[in-house]
Amino acid sequence: MTKELKTKSHLEKVLSLGHFAVTGELGPPRHAKASDVEDKVSHLLGNVDSVNITDNQTAVVRMSSLSASVLAQRKGLEANMQMVCRDRNRIAMQSDILGAAALGINNLLILSGDHQSFGDHPQAKNVYDLDSINLIRTLKNMRDEGRLMSGQELPEDGRPRLFIGAAYNPFADPEDYRVIRAAKKVKAGADFMQSQCIYDMDRFRNFMSRAVDMGLTEKTYFLAGVTPLKSLGMAKYMKNNVPGITMPDFYIERLKGVPKDKQAEEGIKIACEQIEEFKEMKGISGVHLMLVEWEHMVPVIVKAAKLIPRPNV
Amino acid sequence: MIIAERKPIDEIKTFVKGKEKILLVACRGCVTVCNAGGTKEAGILASLLRLDAAKEGVPLKVDELTLERQCDPEYIFELSPSMGEKYDAILSMACSIGPQFIASAYPNEKVYPVLNTCFLGGALAHGVWAERCQACGNCIIHKFGGLCPISRCSKSLLNGPCGGSAGGKCEVSKEIDCVWQLIVEKVTSDGTMDEFLSLELVKDWRTSRDGGPRKIAREELLK
Repeated sequence: MTKELKTKSHLEKVLSLGHFAVTGELGPPRHAKASDVEDKVSHLLGNVDSVNITDNQTAVVRMSSLSASVLAQRKGLEANMQMVCRDRNRIAMQSDILGAAALGINNLLILSGDHQSFGDHPQAKNVYDLDSINLIRTLKNMRDEGRLMSGQELPEDGRPRLFIGAAYNPFADPEDYRVIRAAKKVKAGADFMQSQCIYDMDRFRNFMSRAVDMGLTEKTYFLAGVTPLKSLGMAKYMKNNVPGITMPDFYIERLKGVPKDKQAEEGIKIACEQIEEFKEMKGISGVHLMLVEWEHMVPVIVKAAKLIPRPNV
Repeated sequence: MIIAERKPIDEIKTFVKGKEKILLVACRGCVTVCNAGGTKEAGILASLLRLDAAKEGVPLKVDELTLERQCDPEYIFELSPSMGEKYDAILSMACSIGPQFIASAYPNEKVYPVLNTCFLGGALAHGVWAERCQACGNCIIHKFGGLCPISRCSKSLLNGPCGGSAGGKCEVSKEIDCVWQLIVEKVTSDGTMDEFLSLELVKDWRTSRDGGPRKIAREELLK
């Protein structure tokens, strides 16, 4: 699907030209050292079209998403700056959106955010002034209508030209409602959507076929989330401890069948098989590779999955 | 009603330490209903404190008194005759409003809160209470199948459920029902899903605590 470009985003360009997009994920460090971000960027550069920069993921204090996004872009890698609704009210979020656009950020991905009880400051007060769907609408209005929530007008050349991202999770509950919630995000103004890590392919196929039937994939680019399993332990942990992720037993059995030192390799193999299917899946425009703290494996997986070279657009 | 629970006994002991004569003031309002600060609970606490003092070999006189309510000056002033007793401390067993009203009415007294005031809620079963309201000042439960996403969703989402909803439970704890699961089930069974989906609410928090401490003055009652 070719669309008129809404922004200067490289990711938007790649998607609009019909290339199978590849996005990555980078978790900023728990300190102020810029070189940590730059090292991670070096594994991703040339292997992904743009990279999500997480916003204090799992509610652990990290370098701010905006700062790490700017650091990544200085090294030549386009950022999908993430913004969660947990830590900022509507004043701070709109302000950061204006600042991000001014600093050259092109993509902003909006999430509710993990509850602070998971993180390193469970004593914190949360905000949740707006929810993710409210914020998607807010950003769309700022960009397309040139208005803040207050109604304050933005000059034509002072609008935040950001490509709007959102998350979708076919694996949370209630199962039937997940596609409806994705539809609400599409309606609110999401330009692209990335999924939670996919393991349960049956459930994902069902979800996508409904999304296609509802016409969602005509309006918004859907990317499939891939996190290779590093080990049998990781697969078991995901199955039992991560709310909103479903792990089929056959992947666990498959990892059990290989020696411990070969499990990571097997995990990559599984991910490549998934990626092959996503390339052909109706409604899927790309993959989102989430190898947080395993960034150095990105070059390996994009090579194995024949996702490189990335289009030079 | 206001749901409260008694502070840990060790914390209460720190209030009483070094005091010889204290007054426990119970309340017949919400905290009696939720078995936290009524006459019975005051009796239990008084016994505990007396026993502890006896064990420690320190003198402690504990008087008990129950007021109809502690959120209304007309009842607070019923304490006046007792004030001649020169208590070293007054321990209120009401929600946090009680000790504040007592301290304000008797500025020379040392007043302590015995309870932690927890939330606005109701009883689910005998001995079990759950939060149902956050006093946001602008009720919208009728738009959510009669359920409150502000108080019952851990993130107060108006467009839930988030990606952490699993098996009907909240990502924060398996002890917490995902209210958005319940909302979706309710609007589905009511056949009002279409109407529900057209909603795109943004909360105006001015009527909540965010607008500053709140006060209501009813003109017709002021005359």
